[in-house]
Amino acid sequence: MLEQQLINALSLGSVYALFALGFTLVFGVLGVINLSHGAIFMLGSYAALLLVEHLALPLWLAMLAAMLASGLIGLLVDYLVLKPLRARNAPHLAPMIATIGVATILTSLAQGLFGAENKRFPVGTIPEDSYNWGHLHVTAVQIGIVVISFILMLVLLAVMRRTQLGRALRAIAESPKAAYLLGINVEGLFYLTSFAAAALGGAAGVLVGLSFNAITPFMGQPMLHKGIAVIILGGMGDIRGAMIAGLFLGFAEVLTVAYISSDFRDAVGFGLLFLILLVKPSGMFGKVLERKA
Amino acid sequence: MQFKTMLKTLPLLMLATGLASAVHAADVKLGLAAALTGPAAKYGVAIKNGFSLAADEVNAAGGVNGNKLLLVIEDEQGKKEEAINVFKKLIFKDKALLVFGPTLSNSAFAADPIANAAKVVAFGTSNTADGITAMGPFTFRNSVMEADVLPVTTRAAVKHFGIKKVAIIYGNDDAFTKSGYDVFKGTLADQKIPVTTTEAYAKGDVDFKAQLTKIKASSPDAIVCSCLTEEAANIILQTRALGMKQPFIGGNGLNSPKLFDIAKGAGDDTIMGSPWSSENLTPANKAFIAAYKAKFGSDPDQFAAQAYDALHIVAAALKNIKLSGALDKDRIALQQALPAVTIDGATGKFAFRKAPPVTGKEVGYDAQQEAIVNIAKGGKFILLK
Repeated sequence: MLEQQLINALSLGSVYALFALGFTLVFGVLGVINLSHGAIFMLGSYAALLLVEHLALPLWLAMLAAMLASGLIGLLVDYLVLKPLRARNAPHLAPMIATIGVATILTSLAQGLFGAENKRFPVGTIPEDSYNWGHLHVTAVQIGIVVISFILMLVLLAVMRRTQLGRALRAIAESPKAAYLLGINVEGLFYLTSFAAAALGGAAGVLVGLSFNAITPFMGQPMLHKGIAVIILGGMGDIRGAMIAGLFLGFAEVLTVAYISSDFRDAVGFGLLFLILLVKPSGMFGKVLERKA
Repeated sequence: MQFKTMLKTLPLLMLATGLASAVHAADVKLGLAAALTGPAAKYGVAIKNGFSLAADEVNAAGGVNGNKLLLVIEDEQGKKEEAINVFKKLIFKDKALLVFGPTLSNSAFAADPIANAAKVVAFGTSNTADGITAMGPFTFRNSVMEADVLPVTTRAAVKHFGIKKVAIIYGNDDAFTKSGYDVFKGTLADQKIPVTTTEAYAKGDVDFKAQLTKIKASSPDAIVCSCLTEEAANIILQTRALGMKQPFIGGNGLNSPKLFDIAKGAGDDTIMGSPWSSENLTPANKAFIAAYKAKFGSDPDQFAAQAYDALHIVAAALKNIKLSGALDKDRIALQQALPAVTIDGATGKFAFRKAPPVTGKEVGYDAQQEAIVNIAKGGKFILLK
């Protein structure tokens, strides 16, 4: 039973990590807590669903297209909402509140367009294979989630650590003004970041839609709460921290259910969050907050 | 505080300035508070459809004693706060004779006290939680309580599958699923069926594998699920993905074609008890299903059927009273006429039953109705013989 629970935890944790990745990226570079990330995650799920249902695209192509679509929505949100606030030098709270509004609009829009009920990918479009080793059951979708999440995480990490682009982004994270003076196209990279973060959120949405058959306009909200917990645990803006914290939250939740009680699952997850905020507000690994400050 | 005062004075203001909506004198206004948007909209929209269908039928047949029925429909979004606002609006501003709704038991606990204080009947068609009608003599419902349905369902399931022990999974942060769990727990204890493990989940959860893995390890003969439809569908799918073959036993929440939209064939062998079934071929039910399909182009569900019956129940009560035009008196006359009504509707033979007494408090009326036990076969529910 423990082996099965560890597999459950790994697939759940990977989704949390992937979702939190885009969330923490935007915070790291733009310094904005983008609370519309949950809604964009939801739209990614719907985009893939529509493409599979109406254009009969193969799944991998639908996923790429959905990432592109959610990326563009993220870009639009940046252009219409975040940029004017940046231009006006609005205090930190303003973009956060504004993105709550964006989330409400996007959620209502999705509800108007697609209805409130749960949708699922049509039968036959998702690989239904599952593999058994003794009493262990692993589905192809679970393996897919873990593999795709890790690939996306490692790509992002490599870009941030090893490339000129990543260096520029890290410079902006340090100080947008200094980066601008160094000749970095700060505004352009803000757009790129919003695009990439939303695309990652969209990818997480597709994976969640695939594995849990629960695509609804409201799927972003609970995920957003988990995402907030993850980026605080991992240290705000810390990409590697978000990965580890996402997996950690998945394991904490599943093991709580397995060995304590399912009644305490969220209590443990959010209790950890509270503890971290009290004891180590910069996150489990964090120097990021201190450096930013 | 100021907002509340404003709400109270608003209807007066509207009247004073002559803005109150002008209605034909012979119209009988019935309020409907339903969750038309938000996660509970799938129930609320069906409920609204059921009411409009029945109201059209009554009006097409000449109304009640020559009076047309006018539904005033408001969206309460499945939220407590909104349900309170909508109840206040329907009662004080729209001057409805009675208010149907709200959709969720959760909201009913918040809104029904307002109706009781104003001496207006609050008529629930989908509130099945315990204690709803204990809130006061003006609370009525035609939704059959889980406490009446689940023992019958459990007994039938145990007999059908030869069940010795079960596991339970339920949503612990929703009045409906929690109340269903409490009833199941009592029922299982009464029928002396051991529970191997009890697992909970929270609203919005999509991954139930951790709980299900634990259930799997306890090897029950069946899984009792006090869940809403879409959660249940997901739970069933994930159970099968874990290589488990146990049948599911559930209540009202599972009674929707949506279960099979999501779970497809994996839902087969699920046993569900409910007051209504599309397979129940009484003349009244057949007529309802045909009329619903003709008007809305989709299959009705239990929530539409109960709403449809509720309007006919109220129409039957209105037939027996003479409306004086004095709103307060008419509202009380309706409350006094309702308990005696019996009909044979889409959900079968129906009568009211006084709610179990609560010391020091007047109580309302529950539904007295037979439960129908169904089993899922080939992606739909059929009667369990």
